[in-house]
Amino acid sequence: MLVKIRHSTEYHYDQPVPYGLQQLRMVPKGSAGQKVLSWSTSVEGGRKEVAFTDQHNNHVELLTIDRGARSVTILCEGEVDTADTVGIIGQHGGYAPLWYFERQTPHTRAGAQVRQLVKALGKDFDNDTARLHALSALILRTVGYEIGRTDFSTSAEQALETGHGVCQDHAHIFISAARLLGYPARYVSGYLVMDDRVDQEAGHAWAEAHVPGLGWVGFDISNGVSPDERYVRVATGLDYREAAPVSGITFGGHTESMVVHLQVQQ
Amino acid sequence: MNDAPGFFDELSGFGEGPRGPYADYCSWFERQDPARLRRKAKEAEVFFRRTGITFNVYGQQEASERLIPFDIVPRIIAAREWSRLTRGIEQRVRAINAFLHDIYHRQEILRAGRIPVELIARNEAFLPQMIGVSPPGGIYTHIVGTDIVRTGEDEFFVLEDNARTPSGVSYMLENRETMLQMFPELFSRVPVREVGDYPKMLRRSLAACAPAACTGKPVVAVLTPGIHNSAYFEHSFLADQMGVELVEGDDLRLVDGRIAMRTTEGYTPIDVLYRRIDDDYLDPLNFNPESMLGVPGILDAYRAGKITIANAPGTGIADDKAIYSYMPDIVEFYTGEKAILKNVPTWRCSEADSLAYVLEHLPELVVKEVHGSGGYGMLVGPAASKREVAAFAEKLRAKPGNYIAQPTLSLSTVPVMTKAGLAPRHVDLRPFVLVSPDRIQITPGGLTRVAMKAGSLVVNSSQGGGTKDTWVLEE
Repeated sequence: MLVKIRHSTEYHYDQPVPYGLQQLRMVPKGSAGQKVLSWSTSVEGGRKEVAFTDQHNNHVELLTIDRGARSVTILCEGEVDTADTVGIIGQHGGYAPLWYFERQTPHTRAGAQVRQLVKALGKDFDNDTARLHALSALILRTVGYEIGRTDFSTSAEQALETGHGVCQDHAHIFISAARLLGYPARYVSGYLVMDDRVDQEAGHAWAEAHVPGLGWVGFDISNGVSPDERYVRVATGLDYREAAPVSGITFGGHTESMVVHLQVQQ
Repeated sequence: MNDAPGFFDELSGFGEGPRGPYADYCSWFERQDPARLRRKAKEAEVFFRRTGITFNVYGQQEASERLIPFDIVPRIIAAREWSRLTRGIEQRVRAINAFLHDIYHRQEILRAGRIPVELIARNEAFLPQMIGVSPPGGIYTHIVGTDIVRTGEDEFFVLEDNARTPSGVSYMLENRETMLQMFPELFSRVPVREVGDYPKMLRRSLAACAPAACTGKPVVAVLTPGIHNSAYFEHSFLADQMGVELVEGDDLRLVDGRIAMRTTEGYTPIDVLYRRIDDDYLDPLNFNPESMLGVPGILDAYRAGKITIANAPGTGIADDKAIYSYMPDIVEFYTGEKAILKNVPTWRCSEADSLAYVLEHLPELVVKEVHGSGGYGMLVGPAASKREVAAFAEKLRAKPGNYIAQPTLSLSTVPVMTKAGLAPRHVDLRPFVLVSPDRIQITPGGLTRVAMKAGSLVVNSSQGGGTKDTWVLEE
């Protein structure tokens, strides 16, 4: 499937910003079943300083906000050719060892709630993927999709307590539980082509677990499926923090607001 | 000259009388008027106060800045002893750099099963952001301060590999400066190797590690956490001696793709940053977001090859005290040779058998925190009261993985000047090692730390230790 993406992120500041940085992880990966045909990132109100590849093989760009700027706009545009690999990404590669993906983070730390969830999952499964699909379904049943009940800082434990959440929370709960069960797991941020609309409010997030024999397998908990050709993988990490499209640090006493315009279409 | 029985005294051996390296010094010393020497010792103190070397002691609110005691009797090392030491240190430092490259890339040593995976996987000093990063010139530990102790004529042990940001070199330089001022005649009698060119060597060694982005003469700077840091004196001293800028996080920004410092002529890109800030505080964008001391985005610039950070982030995985116990294996794995310098036998309390042994023998052992330094949070069994031992046993049972234990070593002694004349005190030695792509240099000498209290084995300055000038003799 040829997926066209246009993603603009605007930051508005109520006072001029003397100095600030934005770290971007917004370039789709050239990985299993996915080929980036064209991609560009342009910045208004800031400039690209350095670029590198991080430990998750994410392409990272760091930009500085122009001195005295009151807004920054990051515009990503491009086309990605995707294929359906039934959610299978394949064997692990790169220098980051698999054990690294068994590490819980502040977002995924398993407490009483996650333990309870894993207990409720039961033990009787034919294979690893059956167990992980069941986990995914159980999470969606336990934590209904609802916008506005959680935010980017919500942990897996907190989302389970709240009982509602968004794709980011579903992914964190899944990752937390999968690691508890002994599977290396990671967070994926990316895009999803939706059948009923082109304009979207935000990018999508899902999870991947490493299954012996198959390698990395994707699970979109919020939609109850494994990713197919409608999914574009952009960045991966131990949790949202490591895969976030934008992480920033700004100096000065301003308050900040963000506006996202996203179009994903065939 | 009296000797503590059972300890090797570097001046008189096990009581045989002056050893070779001290012969010239002793013949000079015997002709000195003791009253004059005591006066000189006082003068040395004034000299130190004037140059401003003081040391902030953590956990002591009153007198937070104080002088480290300096003793005027030098510690003397023969050329032959030094050459063996330096071969051993060089071998170890090479192995540490190879280990760091491996652990952040293919991890062959884990694949080979030479050290347990958990030791790295569960280690907070392992820095995931360094995975796959190759620092400029392939150097991770540009400056190392290997702590050495001696227990006999030919018995040297490595106590710690300080591979993060070893401090103390300013004392080495000031101690020598003081001795040259106090006793110029001694240096014409005894052929002592020079240490004073250390700042020049440091600057050259750092400049040789400049990144590919550097065009022209490498710009070096020293990054300090600021005036409240206990080693601030050393940071400003080294910057001054090297003739480079001393900067704080606030002075640095990302400008035109480089980390640059504010100067009177605008922003100047830095090629090599000798940072004296811990990893966690280095970059609030990538590490601890609460840090007010660091430089946001410096890790990004580093990973993009735009700046050299000395020492590299993540080197702590090599000098962690649990890793230490594997150093003989690490040396052998990467150099194919047996380690020249011995390790102190170490019990890892994370292992059940070791923990049981350690708990049973606490009064004989020294127990240290895996990530501790500066002599804080350690137990010196033979010097501890029954109550202290019992309290420590509780801590040990609660978090065994946090501790390692070692036998109490019979550290060698060197005489110090006391009111009653010379008296032996225990010492250790921290030589300073500079690593660049083309060579490893070890300054002939180092920092000799001395426990000023009779019988004490704790030499840390934070625990009341003092220092001495360290002489390495010419061939």
